[in-house]
Amino acid sequence: MPDKVSVEVVMPIRGRRPLNLTRFLKPVGRPAVNINVCKGCGFCIEFCPVGVLEFSDGVNVWGYQYPVVRRGMEYSCVNCGMCERVCPELAIEVVEEPSIPYEVRWVE
Amino acid sequence: MSSGLRLGLRTESIKSLLRLERFPHIWCPGCGIGTVVKCFAEAVLKSDIPVEKHVVVSGIGCTSRAPGYLKLDGFHVIHGRATPFAVGLKTVRQDLEVTVIAGDGDILAIGGNHFIHAIRRNDDINVILVNNFIYGMTGGQYGPTTTKGSVTTTSPYGYIEGSFNVPYLAAALGANFVARWTPLHTKELTAAMLEMFKVDGFAIIEVVSPCLIYGEMNNLPPLEVMKLFRDRTVIDHEADLSKIDIDLRNPEKPIVLGNFVKRSRPSYQTLVRELIKKARGR
Amino acid sequence: MSERISLLATERAEEWLLKPGVYFMQGNIASAEAALIAGCRFFAGYPITPSNEIAEHMSRRLPQVGGYFIQFEDEIASVNAIIGAAYGGVKSMTATSGPGFSLMQEAIGLAAMIEAPIVIVDVQRAGPSTGIPTLVGQGDIMQAKWGSHGDYEVVAYLPNSVQEMFDLTIEAFNTAWEYRVPVIVLADQSVGQMIERLRVPPLDEIKIVERKAPTVPPEEYLPFDSRYLVPPMAVAGEGYRFHVTSLLHTDKGYPTTSHEHSVKLITRLIRKIRENEKIIGRYEALALDDADLVVVAYGITSRSALRAVREARREGLKVGLFRPITAWPFPYWGLREAVDRGAKILVVEINMGQMVRVVREYYSNLVEIHFMPWAPGAVPRPHDILLKIKEVYGGE
Repeated sequence: MPDKVSVEVVMPIRGRRPLNLTRFLKPVGRPAVNINVCKGCGFCIEFCPVGVLEFSDGVNVWGYQYPVVRRGMEYSCVNCGMCERVCPELAIEVVEEPSIPYEVRWVE
Repeated sequence: MSSGLRLGLRTESIKSLLRLERFPHIWCPGCGIGTVVKCFAEAVLKSDIPVEKHVVVSGIGCTSRAPGYLKLDGFHVIHGRATPFAVGLKTVRQDLEVTVIAGDGDILAIGGNHFIHAIRRNDDINVILVNNFIYGMTGGQYGPTTTKGSVTTTSPYGYIEGSFNVPYLAAALGANFVARWTPLHTKELTAAMLEMFKVDGFAIIEVVSPCLIYGEMNNLPPLEVMKLFRDRTVIDHEADLSKIDIDLRNPEKPIVLGNFVKRSRPSYQTLVRELIKKARGR
Repeated sequence: MSERISLLATERAEEWLLKPGVYFMQGNIASAEAALIAGCRFFAGYPITPSNEIAEHMSRRLPQVGGYFIQFEDEIASVNAIIGAAYGGVKSMTATSGPGFSLMQEAIGLAAMIEAPIVIVDVQRAGPSTGIPTLVGQGDIMQAKWGSHGDYEVVAYLPNSVQEMFDLTIEAFNTAWEYRVPVIVLADQSVGQMIERLRVPPLDEIKIVERKAPTVPPEEYLPFDSRYLVPPMAVAGEGYRFHVTSLLHTDKGYPTTSHEHSVKLITRLIRKIRENEKIIGRYEALALDDADLVVVAYGITSRSALRAVREARREGLKVGLFRPITAWPFPYWGLREAVDRGAKILVVEINMGQMVRVVREYYSNLVEIHFMPWAPGAVPRPHDILLKIKEVYGGE
C-alpha cells in the first residue's frame, strides 16, 4: 500500500491555496465481489465515479462476467459505496481500508 | 474518517431483513427490482416503526415476488388484488404499516379499479409500483404503461394504445403522497420511502425500472436504461404532472423524477375510527 | 375527555351485542347479529339483492361493537379484503348473492390455498346471470364447491329458517376458524328475507371458537406446518415475520414447484375437511326408519317438502325427509341406512339438478334416485311435491 497518494490540484483561484489540503486523507475502499452471485449487469462498473471496475476475463459458474478492479487502480476506490448501492444482487460490497494521505502538487 | 462519504446503510445491515437462504433471487440481470428491495429494507430499518409492524403485500408478477425475499410478514396474494387485501388488513389492524409492492400490470390493469377506489377513499396504505412498461413474468406482453410503438410479444407491429402517466393519475385521484424515482436514485428512493411511511393516507412511489425482457424487444438493454436514468432524468418536485409521461424510446423526452405531491387529506382509516365514537352516541 | 378507540378491531363489546331473548326478526338480520356475537368485527361487501339487509345492518352495528365496515367498489375487492382482515387476526365476513358469488370464486381459491378463515353469506337468487334478483333460487350448490379452479375443500351450510340463519352463521365462523377454511352460508332469498321467531340464548351457552395461535417462538414457526392437519395460525404484526403465497408452497410458506410438495400440501388441504366430515357435516332426518321413499330437500324447499311428507304419511305412504344442513361436506352417511333398506330417493331443489348429482354419486348404483327440478323464481308448493311423491312412490 502506498504511503501517499499523489494528487494534482489545479487551483481555481490564482494564488489562493487552502491551508489544510495536505491534512485530508484519501478514503480507500476495496470492492469485494461475491463472484457467483453476480449476474453481469454492469451497473457497478458503469456507475463507479472513479471507474475502478471492469468486467473480468473469465465467467462465474452461471456464465456471467463479473466485476474486477482494474490493474493499477487498487487504491483508487474512494469507498463511496455506489457500486454496493446500485447492485441489484448483493454481489458487491466495499470493505473499508486505511486512508492514505495526499501528496499535493500545485498546478497554476 | 472516510465513512462520511458512504451512501446510506451498508449492505451488511440490511441483510437482517432479507431471506438470504432464497438468494440469488429470480430477477433477470439488470432488473431494478432487486435494488428496490434493498432500498425498502433500508427504509424499514431506518423508520421509527418497529420491524414487526411492517407488512408487505403483493399480487402476481415479477415485482410481486419481492415479499418472498423480505424477512417481514408478507402476503403474495392473487393478481391485482393486493390493494384490497392490504386495505382490509390495515383497516382492522391500524397498528400495522402496510405496503403494497407490485408492478404496473398488477396495480393498473387488473387492479385498476381497486387502485382508483383506494385513492378515492384515501386508504392509509403505501404502494411501491415498479413500472417496467411490460408484463415481464409471463414473457413480455404489453400493459397499461407500455409506450406507443413498443414491440412486445402481443404487439409485434408496435403498440398502438395510450399509456398511463402514473403520478398524474394518482395525483388527480387525490393521493396524499406521489413520487417517482429510479433504481439509480437509491438515496432519494429510500428517503421517499421513509416519507411514505409517515404519511397518513394513500402514498405511492412509482419506480421506473429497466427490464431485460422489454429491453430485448426494444433495443433498450438494462445498462442503457440505467444510463438514461443518469443522463436523461430531471428532478423537478414542482413539475406539471400532465407533462411528465415517460417514453424510454424517445430521446427527446426527459424522465421527470421527484416527490411531486404531499397532501394531508384525512385517511379512510382515521375517519372510520371516528364512526365508532359517533355510533356509540358520543 | 375523548375515549381511546382501540386501533385493533378485537373488542368483545358485549354490552352492544343482541341480548338473549325471543325476537321476531328477518333472516338476513339474524345472520348479521349472529356474526357479531361470533366475534365478527369486519364486514366488506358490495350491494346485491337480496342480501343488502346484511350489509346495511352491519354498517350500522359494526361501529357500535368497535368493528369496521367498508362498502367496496365490487365483490372482488370485498372478498379479498376479508381475507386480509383474517390474516390480521380479525373475524371477517361478506354477504352476496349468485352473481357476486361468481365474482368471488378466485378469492375463495386463494382463501383455501392460504388457509384463511372467512365467512361468505350467499343469499341465493334465481339465476343464471342477473336472473330474478328478488326471488328465490338454489342454483349455487355446485358453485360453492367447484367454483374456483383446482382442488380445495370448503364448508357450506344450508339454513332453512331464521333460527338457522342465526345458529348456522355462528357455526360458520366456528368452522372457519377451527379448520382455517372458507365457509359459505348458502341461504336463499326466502330464508334470508322471511321474518320469523328467533331465540337468542344467553351468551355463555353459545360456543365460540377462536384462532389456534402458534405455541413456538418465531424462529421455529412454520405457517403451513404439515405435521398438523390444521396448522396453528400466526397473524401479521406479532413478530412471526412469516411469508404467505398463493403459489404452491412448502411448510415454511416459500414458493415451490416440486411434486413432492404438491402431494403434501394439496392432500392435506383436502384431508383436513374430508377426515373431519362426520364432525362438520350435518343433517336432519325425519321419519327415515321405515321409509320406502326418502325426499331430499334443503333450504326453503325443505319447509315445503316437510308439509308434503307429512301429508303423504297421513295418506299412508311411508315417506321420510332427509334435510342436509351442510351442502359440503355432503352428509351422505345419513342416507346409508335407508339406502341399505332399498328406499327410493327423490331430490327436490329449486334448480335444474345440482344436489341430486351428489346423491347420485354416492347411491345411484344401489337405489333409484328420482329428481324433481324446479325452475328458479318460486318455491315448489307442498302440493307439487306431494304429486311427485305419489308418482314416484306408486308407479315405476
